[in-house]
Amino acid sequence: MKKAFPILGLLTAGLLSYALYEGLVVAPKEQTMGEVQRIFYYHVPSAWTAFLLFFINFLASVQYLVRRDPKTDKIANWVVITIGVLTCVAPYAIPSLVPAGARASSIATTGVALVGLYFLIKKFFSEQETDMLALTTAEVGVVFCTVVLVTGPLWARPVWGIWWTWDVRLTSTLVLWLIYVSYLVLRRFSSSGQTPVLAAALAVFGALDVPLVYFSIWFFRTQHPQPVIGGGGSIDPRMLHVLLINWLAFLCFAFLVCWSRYRLERMKREVEETQALEALLEPRSALR
Amino acid sequence: MSAAPSGITLATLTKDLRLEWRSKDAINSMLFFALLVVVVFSFSFDPVAEESRQIAGGLVWVAFLFAAVVALNQTWARELRNQVLDAYRVSPAPANSLFLAKAMGNFLFVGVLEALMTPLFVVFYKLRVLGPAWQLLPVAILGTWAIVVNGTFFAAMSLRTRSREIMLPLLLFPITIPALLSMVEATTTILVGDPSTSAKFWIVLLATYDVVFTTGCLALFETVLHAE
Amino acid sequence: MNDPNAAHTEAEAIIAVANLVKQFGRFAALRGVSASFHASRMYGILGDNGAGKTTLLRILAGLVPPTRGEVTILGKNNPREVCREFGYMAHPSLLYDEMSGMENLRYFACLYGLEDARCADIIAAVGLDPGLQRPVGQYSQGMRQRMSLARALLNDPKILLLDEPFSNVDIRSAREMVKLLARMRNGGKTIFVVTHQASLLDGTADEFVWMDSGQIINRTPDLKFMETA
Repeated sequence: MKKAFPILGLLTAGLLSYALYEGLVVAPKEQTMGEVQRIFYYHVPSAWTAFLLFFINFLASVQYLVRRDPKTDKIANWVVITIGVLTCVAPYAIPSLVPAGARASSIATTGVALVGLYFLIKKFFSEQETDMLALTTAEVGVVFCTVVLVTGPLWARPVWGIWWTWDVRLTSTLVLWLIYVSYLVLRRFSSSGQTPVLAAALAVFGALDVPLVYFSIWFFRTQHPQPVIGGGGSIDPRMLHVLLINWLAFLCFAFLVCWSRYRLERMKREVEETQALEALLEPRSALR
Repeated sequence: MSAAPSGITLATLTKDLRLEWRSKDAINSMLFFALLVVVVFSFSFDPVAEESRQIAGGLVWVAFLFAAVVALNQTWARELRNQVLDAYRVSPAPANSLFLAKAMGNFLFVGVLEALMTPLFVVFYKLRVLGPAWQLLPVAILGTWAIVVNGTFFAAMSLRTRSREIMLPLLLFPITIPALLSMVEATTTILVGDPSTSAKFWIVLLATYDVVFTTGCLALFETVLHAE
Repeated sequence: MNDPNAAHTEAEAIIAVANLVKQFGRFAALRGVSASFHASRMYGILGDNGAGKTTLLRILAGLVPPTRGEVTILGKNNPREVCREFGYMAHPSLLYDEMSGMENLRYFACLYGLEDARCADIIAAVGLDPGLQRPVGQYSQGMRQRMSLARALLNDPKILLLDEPFSNVDIRSAREMVKLLARMRNGGKTIFVVTHQASLLDGTADEFVWMDSGQIINRTPDLKFMETA
């Protein structure tokens, strides 16, 4: 396992360089926006990576909460499986349920991803480890989210002349960023005994909030039309190709960073446990 | 020989109301604070009647939100004083009864503040409602509950943290954004009264928000109360 | 008082702790406490500050989970399952300062599903006046501790966990409380009293449990250990 890290590091560096080349040189120039549009290849993959990390954080938080009691654990398993089955079956069986702008296949994919990730996390992470996973993905997720929020305005300014717009995706990302920064603040400010539980509860609340945020801003925009950052509609297949390469590179990079952070956190906790054990064993006051 | 949870909720609520009524200093200072907020806002934004209808929705709800935060920070103050929460934790009473009682108490309290601030806003901004005014009632009820239910929950969470008073708004504001947007938009739509727009979507969204988060709070409050 | 050796062969232990460890970060409040306790006894838990007495009591009450180890109370591993059988009292009064004693007790009685009539009886039993309208915040310390004890007795618990019930209480009130506790013990309750005023329990408690540095170092039927320690 230890050898894998530098190898993966080199691979990721290579992949990132290749993706950079593709994005800046190979990808075709966009019709209306020109060279500035190339920031798209950083803006969008960062967003997808951040969302994936936050999704994992949500699953890890749920696991931390339900695994404290074997009964709730079993119920949660069945709920997850049911959701997975529903998302695979319902969009095809009842097409009218699919909201505008989404495809049946993407809903099904999300459902399968949810079930798959949930049980993967369950298999490979113990209860305490799910807490570390939640912390790690939250921190790295916030970083990628910050990239999205910085590249968005950087893109908008030269193209539309404004720094910010209440674009659905950008605004949803902002709210998500706010929620997770508050999550990190809560972790820092609470005393170590209950931090995992409180943080997990907040993560669940944040996840419940996300669809509501999205819909509220979506409807807001229909009332107050604003410029759309990121462009809607179809995308040139060559651009899609570059986009996916960049996303792969970002995913590898995110994986590496998470892995480092996770190892760091694990070491930190092992040190704390050892110190606590030492304090337990050494005699305190001499008995009079 | 076990108590009905609703009985416990009612008893807790009446106890809180009785204590609030007796001390009255919390209520008085809160009411004065609410008045101050309205006056300060009025100095800061002094619009003509037409413009005021466009922005009043936002101003009113932001003012309510700030007043609510001050009230919410007091939610558990009495229980903290003599570690009364330990007595609650040791008893067989369900945690959710306590939560509902506190949330309802906060709802009434914040409702009183809103009832005071609204006429003042109407006066200072020369507001007239051009749309269906009756719709303001569900907006007010659902919106206030949205702030209060999460506020009570996060107030309990921040009991375990340093900088307790700042943790509450810090946790509350991001999560409340969709509800806040809905309240503001619904109120503005009703005030402006443009016949091509309707506040119905926002009211439905608020109701959904309330259902989702009330369920979430009830599901997780026991965990938060008993967290070591 | 019974011979302590015979006591352990009598009735089954109603509370047993095994290898109890509690750590707050680097501070080890309890370092491996194992003991069993029997019904209808009064145990005085003594020791210096930081010995772990309060932590032990709070773990028994279910307010704090142990880091490691097991607690078995009335046959259950989770104290919260048997919370109806506890009465817990701590140094803070666990009462609302702004309400009168009767109002406080009526509220807590409601949490347990008990009737109001019981409240007046309990308040009288601890030697206070049920009709007193004065808010608890204005009580003397002795009155407040007695009212707090009344709250702990409300649900007629089998087990009483009292943490420093006599601190800052005048001698007369303290002696009355001890007499009351003795009557309860004779009536079948098991009572744990954490205190720095061991002399108050001399002659009444069945056993003294001495703690130091997070461990039980001795259990004796009288206070002679204090002189030799």
